[in-house]
Amino acid sequence: MSNQGTPLVEMRDISISFGGIKAVDHVTVDLYPGEVVGLLGHNGAGKSTLIKCLSGAYQADAGEIWINGKKVEITNPRDARAQNIETIYQTLALADNLDAASNLFLGRELVSPLGFVDESKMEAETRKIMHRLNPNFKKFSVPVSALSGGQRQSVAIARAVYFNAKILIMDEPTAALGPHETQMVAELIEELKKQGLGIFLIEHDIHNVMKLCDRAAVMKNGQLVGTVKVDEVTDEDILSMIILGKKPGAADSEAAV
Amino acid sequence: MNTTTPQNTGPKTKQQGAVKRFLHATELDTRLLGMLGALLLIWFTFEIYCAMFLGRPSVFLGAAAEDATGFLTPRNLWNLSVQTSSIGIMATGMVLVIVTRNIDLSVGSLIGVTGMVMGILQVDILPQYLGLGHWSIWIITVAVGIGLGALIGALHGYLIAYLTIPSFIVTLGGLMVWRGAAFLANGGKTISPVDQTFALLGGGPYGAVGSSMSWVVGILGCMGAVWMMAHSRAQRRKHEFHLRPMWAEVSMAAIACGAIIGSVFLANAYPWPKGIVNAYAKANDLVVPPEGLFISHGFAIPVLILIGVGICMTILMTRTRFGRYVFAIGGNPEAAALAGINTRWMTLKIFALMGMLSGLAAVIASARLNSATNALGTLDELYVIAAAVIGGTSLAGGLGTIYGAILGALVMQSLQSGMVLVGVDAAVQRIVVGLVLVLAVYLDILYRRTTK
Ligand SMILES: Nc1ncnc2c1ncn2[C@@H]1O[C@H](COP(=O)(O)OP(=O)(O)O)[C@@H](O)[C@H]1O
Ligand SMILES: [Mg+2]
Repeated sequence: MSNQGTPLVEMRDISISFGGIKAVDHVTVDLYPGEVVGLLGHNGAGKSTLIKCLSGAYQADAGEIWINGKKVEITNPRDARAQNIETIYQTLALADNLDAASNLFLGRELVSPLGFVDESKMEAETRKIMHRLNPNFKKFSVPVSALSGGQRQSVAIARAVYFNAKILIMDEPTAALGPHETQMVAELIEELKKQGLGIFLIEHDIHNVMKLCDRAAVMKNGQLVGTVKVDEVTDEDILSMIILGKKPGAADSEAAV
Repeated sequence: MNTTTPQNTGPKTKQQGAVKRFLHATELDTRLLGMLGALLLIWFTFEIYCAMFLGRPSVFLGAAAEDATGFLTPRNLWNLSVQTSSIGIMATGMVLVIVTRNIDLSVGSLIGVTGMVMGILQVDILPQYLGLGHWSIWIITVAVGIGLGALIGALHGYLIAYLTIPSFIVTLGGLMVWRGAAFLANGGKTISPVDQTFALLGGGPYGAVGSSMSWVVGILGCMGAVWMMAHSRAQRRKHEFHLRPMWAEVSMAAIACGAIIGSVFLANAYPWPKGIVNAYAKANDLVVPPEGLFISHGFAIPVLILIGVGICMTILMTRTRFGRYVFAIGGNPEAAALAGINTRWMTLKIFALMGMLSGLAAVIASARLNSATNALGTLDELYVIAAAVIGGTSLAGGLGTIYGAILGALVMQSLQSGMVLVGVDAAVQRIVVGLVLVLAVYLDILYRRTTK
């Protein structure tokens, strides 16, 4: 991993608040091709809110987003998709009453030359990608409300992977998964990384962070505590950043603001 | 692949009964069967009541079709089909509104105001410029009525989507505002009669297409149904999905065609009344034989309009992006927005469509009455909402079908005209309709709980 040249994504000095609460407070993070950057912090630290500014779900009050060295405006989810940014939300963001294929193609339906939705083609494509990601998945013609947590998660992941993302945002993608499925997600992340995608990964399991991430950015109370290279620190260093809100080795006076 | 009717495919157990196996193989919606059952129950209850308590001749007791005066007569069923048209048309739009977790209480008043404006336009204004009975009057009138409905609906949609006022409040306000406007439009006076061509859109002997055209419609309908089933099967084969057994496909096609052909026979079994036949014979220099001329009504024009609307709306809901987005918004508005769907713009369009359909329903309702009154469409919102809910539209959002809503409209209308036929007091009719609405929602809740 050589973080030289132009970063794939730069979020510069991003701030957003909700009714006086500074959910994200002057945070700057970047991401390079083929890199996995972990976003860590307690619940309510502002991780989801930060990445939602990149995915177009929210618009930052202040700050800039740069993609491949160009400043971009992302004002809605369509803008983000146009920049090849795909997101797996913590809530999965699935329409429970629709089946897997309808969810996978939601907002980007395949249409016939006459402009009608091509259901069978979408189902066929869904079967293909699901076969790759989760060969056990069989429930193609039922609404996703009838699926288990893990199956729903794999639909959300398939949606993000299918459209050839260059930038992938994964907000706690393994939260609903058992050990076997978590392992499959880990392998998928490795594979996508090899293909040169940049991935923001929000993950609580410190073991997974150490294994999958190249760098880790730690947040606390909306602020960035610091960004570290994972192979230069220990589990304990990162945990203490999360808990104490200080960079390892930083003097107490520096961190106390 | 169906977005509205969860079905499980694949074999379950071997020792299912024949009925169960049939339902399973044909993937028929049990809810649809329930509705058909309710419909037949209502029909036969009224027929039996007429025969037993009112002493009316019944075809089931050996009376000839033209002598029968109960519920199940060609004449009554034909009238029922005409009466269902305007409620049915609005019910298809109400499906979209309710699926997206909104409600529209203003549709009855919209009928009033658009009906009134169309009345003034075709009777007081257009003849001044074009001359009385000009061929284009009905076209301009219909276009203005539908356009006005769309405009009012869009206004409602704007208030709901962009100013975030709950739809319940916006359309409750609309219920009052537009009924008042209907009154003011012509100072409370009724306008009658309407343009002659316009009146045909409401049915009546001349507003029906006759025997041969009904056969053409019926045969086209059968061909369409068979083509659709074949096409869907071909698509599934192409992608190597699970196929229904051939016998199931064939019996489905047979049932569909049987129902269509049956309705053609029924529509053609209802003859023009003697007076109309004589007037018609006179105008066309025909000699009426002593035993009388049998001229069939055939399908009424408003019924054909309803069928056309039903087909278009079904295509819209199941085959276009717009329809997908409607269901997605109903299932999870946040997810829909995150998928890049402009949910506000969608809401505005849905209400505009509801308004358009109300305008079209007003065309039929005022044409049928051959007049425009400011009370036209009063309480229709109740029937329309009840029709959509009986037809399987979930008030929790995300689920609903067009054909269900049309069947629901038929159920509601059967109940209403049956009560009129047997002479139930108007006050009691209201009580029944109100109770049925509440009961329908409760049954829907029970149904969903047990099929989960
Ligand atoms: N839409 C919103 N409205 C109000 N407050 C919000 C909203 N989204 C997030 N917040 C607040 O922002 C803070 C950060 O939340 P979040 O980004 O979800 O944290 P994390 O993902 O790190 O657990 C929390 O205090 C949360 O309550
Ligand atoms: Mg979060």
